[in-house]
Amino acid sequence: MCKQLINFLMLTALILFMCAGTATAVDFEANTPAVTRLKQNMQQRHSQLAPFYDSGAVGLTRDGLVALRDANAVPLSSRQSVNSLVTAENQDRNALYREIALANNHPEWEEDIRLTFAQRWTASARSGWWYQQGNGSWQKK
Amino acid sequence: MVTRLFTDMTKNDFLPAGLMAAGLLLAGCVTINIYFPAAAAEKVADKIIEEVWQAGKGGEENGKSGRNINDKTDGKTDSKTDKTDKTKP
Repeated sequence: MCKQLINFLMLTALILFMCAGTATAVDFEANTPAVTRLKQNMQQRHSQLAPFYDSGAVGLTRDGLVALRDANAVPLSSRQSVNSLVTAENQDRNALYREIALANNHPEWEEDIRLTFAQRWTASARSGWWYQQGNGSWQKK
Repeated sequence: MVTRLFTDMTKNDFLPAGLMAAGLLLAGCVTINIYFPAAAAEKVADKIIEEVWQAGKGGEENGKSGRNINDKTDGKTDSKTDKTDKTKP
């Protein structure tokens, strides 16, 4: 009885340990068809968004999205297109964070992924682009 | 009951095995409760950002080439003015 119990415990522990081992050994996953599709979308959109980053009309928010921070910097003719670009970009960014979390079988990581991306977008931004600081204020890089 | 179990274990040398099992179980439980791998996520984020903004770098280059074109046109206008200057006398 006791031997059986210990054997069972050991087996369970071993399986758990092995599972955990493989889980930690696997790198942070972000190569799914959904992620690739979102990346391509965003890549294509970036050439349209870049001038607005340059002018300061659009900035990088602290929650890993983009926002129209200075509508006056956008010519009237392209205000509508800027709004739709920002909306589409944010949809893709939200989906990207969610998809990466799902790719890692940890949907609860979405917010951590979002915050990581927020920091990295800002760090990778070109000088002259605007980003939102932790307290919500805008800062020019 | 407990002493009997204990004597059984010592008799059969199961105590080390039991301890090992408990240790493994604990390690398994601790490891399975994985925290967010921030460093790995940062690397992945950097890679994705690089890919997404690569087009932007192209745009940057275009912008630069645009500036170059402007410079060239400036140069042309300069040369034109030079020419006009030359034609003037």
